[in-house]
This record gives sequence, C-alpha cells and structure tokens, in this order.
Amino acid sequence: MPLSEYQVVGRHLPTEAEPSPKIYRMRIFAPNEVVAKSRFWYFLRQLKKVKQASGEIIGVNVISEKKPLKVKNFGIWLRYDSRSGTHNMYKEFRELSRADAVKALYQDMAARHRARFRSIHILRVVEVEKTDDIRRPYIRQLLVPNLKFPLPHRVAKARSTFVAHRPTTF
Amino acid sequence: MPATESNFQRFVEVGRVVLLKSGPQEGHIAVIAEIIDHNRAIIDGPTTGVPRQAFPYRHLTLTPLRLTKLPRAAGSGAIKKALEKEAIVEKWEKSAFAQRRASIAKRRSLTDFQRFVVMVAKKQRADRVHKAVRAAKKA
Repeated sequence: MPLSEYQVVGRHLPTEAEPSPKIYRMRIFAPNEVVAKSRFWYFLRQLKKVKQASGEIIGVNVISEKKPLKVKNFGIWLRYDSRSGTHNMYKEFRELSRADAVKALYQDMAARHRARFRSIHILRVVEVEKTDDIRRPYIRQLLVPNLKFPLPHRVAKARSTFVAHRPTTF
Repeated sequence: MPATESNFQRFVEVGRVVLLKSGPQEGHIAVIAEIIDHNRAIIDGPTTGVPRQAFPYRHLTLTPLRLTKLPRAAGSGAIKKALEKEAIVEKWEKSAFAQRRASIAKRRSLTDFQRFVVMVAKKQRADRVHKAVRAAKKA
C-alpha cells in the first residue's frame, strides 16, 4: 500500500482558561487520512497535554512531491522499538519522493528487523543534496560518475504448464 | 570503472536503449535517463511514445544500441534531440533484433490457413532455387 505525506493541523479545544489554544502542525506519513489523524493524536499526546477527546483537528492536507521525476537521496532519522529496547537509526534511500523513501524505509525495517509500522517513529526526512554528505556506502556506490553495470543471470520466466488456454476449436 | 574489460556487452548505463517487456508501452523502445538503484531506472522515450517514468530492469531488455554522450538526468527535450541526431529509432527498426520481433509478431497474427499459404510459397521458392542450382551445375 503506498504511503502519502499528510499535513495534519490540530489544537486543544478552546476553554475558559485558554480561549485561543496553540495550534500544532505535523507532517505525517500514512496510508490514508484516517491513519494520519490517528498518528497525529498519538504523537501529540506524547509531546503535549492534548488528547483526541479534548482536542480537534483543523485540517488534513496531502503534501505532494514537487518534482516526482527527479531522483533524490533522502536521509531518514528514525526511532524504533525492538523486542529488547528502543533504538535510534539513520538510513539513506534513493527514491523519487519523500513518501516513497519512507515506504522503502518501512519495508527495509520490516525485512531487516521484523519491525512493524506501529513500532517505528519517523523523526526527520531530509533530502541530501551533496554527494559528499552521503554517509552510507550502499547509496554512495550509486553516485560514482559514469556508473554502469551488466544484468547477469537473467532468467526468462517460463509460462506455467498449468495455465489456462482458450481451446482452439477449428 | 574497473580497469579490466568486462565480458558483458550490454550495460545498464545512462543512454542505453532498452526494450520494454511489459506495461502499457510493451514492445516500445526507450532510453535510460538516470539510474535510480540496482532495480530501477528512469526511462524516457519522447519519440517512441514512452512517458518519462521509473521502470524496473526486470521488465525491460537491454538492446545493443546506446546514445553516446547523453548527460546524466537529461530532460525529455535533450533526449529527443539526441535520439533524432543519432537516428536511434531507424537503427532499431533496421536491426536484426527488431526485424525478428516483427516477423514473429506477424506470424503470430496469421491464421492456420495463412500459415499454410506461407508454407506452400516457401516450398515453391525452394523448388525454383533447387532447379536453378541444378541447371547451373550442368552448364
């Protein structure tokens, strides 16, 4: 399921003591708007004394990628709860959009660490613009000038013996 | 780049002409504009009806053709100019690879009777060739 980047804006409900409460804005990566709002409340109640029952969402917008056909290198800081503790991590991804990079991150964390969506917090997503600032060798190797490589071991997939054919009846 | 020459002939590289094996533009050719990673590249075919898109290597074939001196991440305009300048589409259509594909497609589209007609025509041609060869040998 593809992820989108949402801007979620919300605040505490106005009270007599505080008639104009502070407005909070978050950029959330989620598969849909419902999950985005849910994650907004999850993070906000960890950071501030506001919860869904006493707050309201002012707006949810999709943030679309400015240049979705330009290849970019993203650095992502994350925090994840493993079975034995909490870890901070920094990973790099080469993708076309921020949302794609975060999707790749969730896939990577699921593959390498069996981490679920609920146990990962995305802390920061930035585009790394300079090649010298790339820290990970697995991204750095793709940035050498005149990069070229062959495609060895190409296996042509045979059509299965048991696939349905329309019979020829003439 | 490694100092030793590779045994491979075709590489994933900027400017490589590729043949699409699946998707809505199946059978069209395009050019690699930029390599994303080990699985995907940005391809573009401004003169062949392929929109600029990320495409997995799994669903394309590398052809022996290549645009020389295409800069990395060239735009559609620059690729179009280079394609026209090096006459890649004409080169592709003249290549044995493309002609063989066209003949296979043509044969696939024939009916049983049409294939029979082709078989008879081929036999007649072979017969005339044999006769001519025999006459030439006698003389």
